Formats: sequence, C-alpha cells, structure tokens
Amino acid sequence: MKTRADRLAAVLRQQFAPDLLRVDDESARHAGHAGAAPGGETHYSVLIVSAAFRGESRVARSRRVYAALGDELAGGLHALALNLRTPEEHAALAKAC
Amino acid sequence: MSNPVAARIQADITENPVFLYMKGNAIAPQCGFSARVVQILTHIGVPFKTANVLEDPDLREGLKTFSNWPTFPQLYIKGEFIGGCDIVTEMFQSGELATALNEKGIPHHAAA
Repeated sequence: MKTRADRLAAVLRQQFAPDLLRVDDESARHAGHAGAAPGGETHYSVLIVSAAFRGESRVARSRRVYAALGDELAGGLHALALNLRTPEEHAALAKAC
Repeated sequence: MSNPVAARIQADITENPVFLYMKGNAIAPQCGFSARVVQILTHIGVPFKTANVLEDPDLREGLKTFSNWPTFPQLYIKGEFIGGCDIVTEMFQSGELATALNEKGIPHHAAA
C-alpha cells in the first residue's frame, strides 16, 4: 500500500521536477499532539530543491506547494515543514556548513 | 469590507505592528510550531499581540482564505503577511527578520 509520503513525493516530483526531494514522515514525533491521528501520517517535513522556485519569494513558493497538496491537506495532512530552495541556494548552504 | 472575520483580521494587523495568529497563546502555546515563533519574537525582543485560532473556528477558517495560507502560525508585520514557522525561522537565522523590523521602524533588541 502506498503511504502518504509516497503520494506526497509523487505529486511534488511531478509538479516541481526537483533536483533533490526529501519527504520525511515525522508523525511519530508528534503523537498525542493536536492534529495527530492514531494511524499517524499527519506530520511531514519536506525538502525540495528545484529550479521552479527561481525568482519566487518564500511565501510564493510555499503557496505553490500548499496548492499542489490541497487534497492531502483536506484529507488529514496536518503539518508540513517546508524547506524550499533553488539549486543555487542549496549549493550556497552546502558550502556554508 | 462586508465579511466580519476579514474586517476583524484587517483591524488586528493594522492596529498592531506585529501580530501572530497561533494555536494557544504566548504564555501557553498549544503547538510546537506556534511555540517556536513565540520563542523567536520573544528572543528578539519585539512586542507582539496574538490571537488563539483554536478558540475561534470562524477566525481559523477566515484566516486561511485571508492569508491564502492553510496552516498556523501566521505572522503579520505592519499588515504584511510574513509566513509561518519555517519562513520566520529562516528569516531569524539569516538576520532578515531583524532587518525587516528595522526597515519598518519597529523597535526590538536583536543585534543587527
């Protein structure tokens, strides 16, 4: 059976053609919190490195990701930590660390 | 503005230089993401007001439309939507948050 992480990754890959994509299910760390569900699959952390974000503000990038995942947000996806970078920003960060 | 929730939000963010829509309040946040933004604002020493979206379902739904943003917390500075926890954290770490406050003439005590 496909997990929500699989579904998120499939949608994001199709929408943003990312150089790098990571979708981590962090639901277990939020068990018992508001929005957590017994079956998990509520809290995710996402890293997308994509040229599609060039020239866009942080807010605009996040809005595009939220729009792409509208069905999931309506269907129990409760929290989404987003790291959205262009390839150039990602390379600069990698150098800085 | 005919929509009373939108009018209330507009008043909140116009009358208060820094306004945070969050889960819980600044003393007792009820969500880790809201807690982090409270922590950052407190750390940089900028006065802010909050509203608890858990106590007001109409406000909670109204904000999603008003801000075009589906999650909480939501931070406004001088009426401008800044973002949620991820964006505020990034802007704090890069120093952009202090710069934005400086540019908008809002006093705080973060090192520039």
